[in-house]
Amino acid sequence: MEILINILVALPMVVGVIFTLVTAIGLLRFPDPYTRAHAASKSSTVGVLGILLSVFLHFWLVEEHFNPRILLGILFLFITAPVGGHMMSRAAYFAGVKPSELTVKDELGEDIRRIKEK
Amino acid sequence: MMIFFWISLIVIVISMALFVYRLIKGPTAPDRVIALDAMGVTLISVVALLSLLVGTSFYLEIILLLAILSFIGTVAFSKFIEKGEIFDRGDSD
Repeated sequence: MEILINILVALPMVVGVIFTLVTAIGLLRFPDPYTRAHAASKSSTVGVLGILLSVFLHFWLVEEHFNPRILLGILFLFITAPVGGHMMSRAAYFAGVKPSELTVKDELGEDIRRIKEK
Repeated sequence: MMIFFWISLIVIVISMALFVYRLIKGPTAPDRVIALDAMGVTLISVVALLSLLVGTSFYLEIILLLAILSFIGTVAFSKFIEKGEIFDRGDSD
C-alpha cells in the first residue's frame, strides 16, 4: 500500500517538474515574445497542475487531511493562465512588437488590414 | 521520499533563476511581463512544495492568493502595454 501511495505521489510530481523545466528552456531559447508566451502560459500551467496534484495526494493519503483548496487553486489556474497569456501576446502585437523572421503566417495582421481597407 | 521532494524543489528553483535571466535581459516589455507571469505561476508550486516539506497545511492558503495576484498583475500590465491606461473609462476617444 505504501509503495502504491508513493507512486501516486511521485508520478505527477515528476511530470510537473519536467514541464516546469521545459518552460524555462522555452523561455530562454524561443526567438520572439509570441512563442515565449506560448511556452510560458501552456507548459507552466501543466507543470503547476502536476505539482499541486501531487501535494494534494500527499496530504490526502499520507497525512489524511483532505484539502479542497488545492483543487480550487488548480481550477482557478486553468481558467486564468491561458487568458493572461492570450491578453499578453495580443497587447504585444498592438504595441508593435515584430514577430521573428521564422513566422510563416500572420492571421491577426491580415484581419487588421482587411478591416482598415473597408 | 523527502530527498525526492528536495530535488524537485531545487529543480524548480533553478528554472525560476532562468526566468529571472529572461526578466532582466528580455529585449521588449512583453517579454519581461511573460517571464514575471511564469514566475508567479512557478512560485505557487514552490509554496506547495514548501508546505509539503515543512509538514503544515497552513501555507496552502497562499496558493489561491498568489494565483489571483499573478492573474491581476498580468491583466493590468497587458492593458497598460496595449493602450497606456489600465482602467477603461470610455473618455479617451
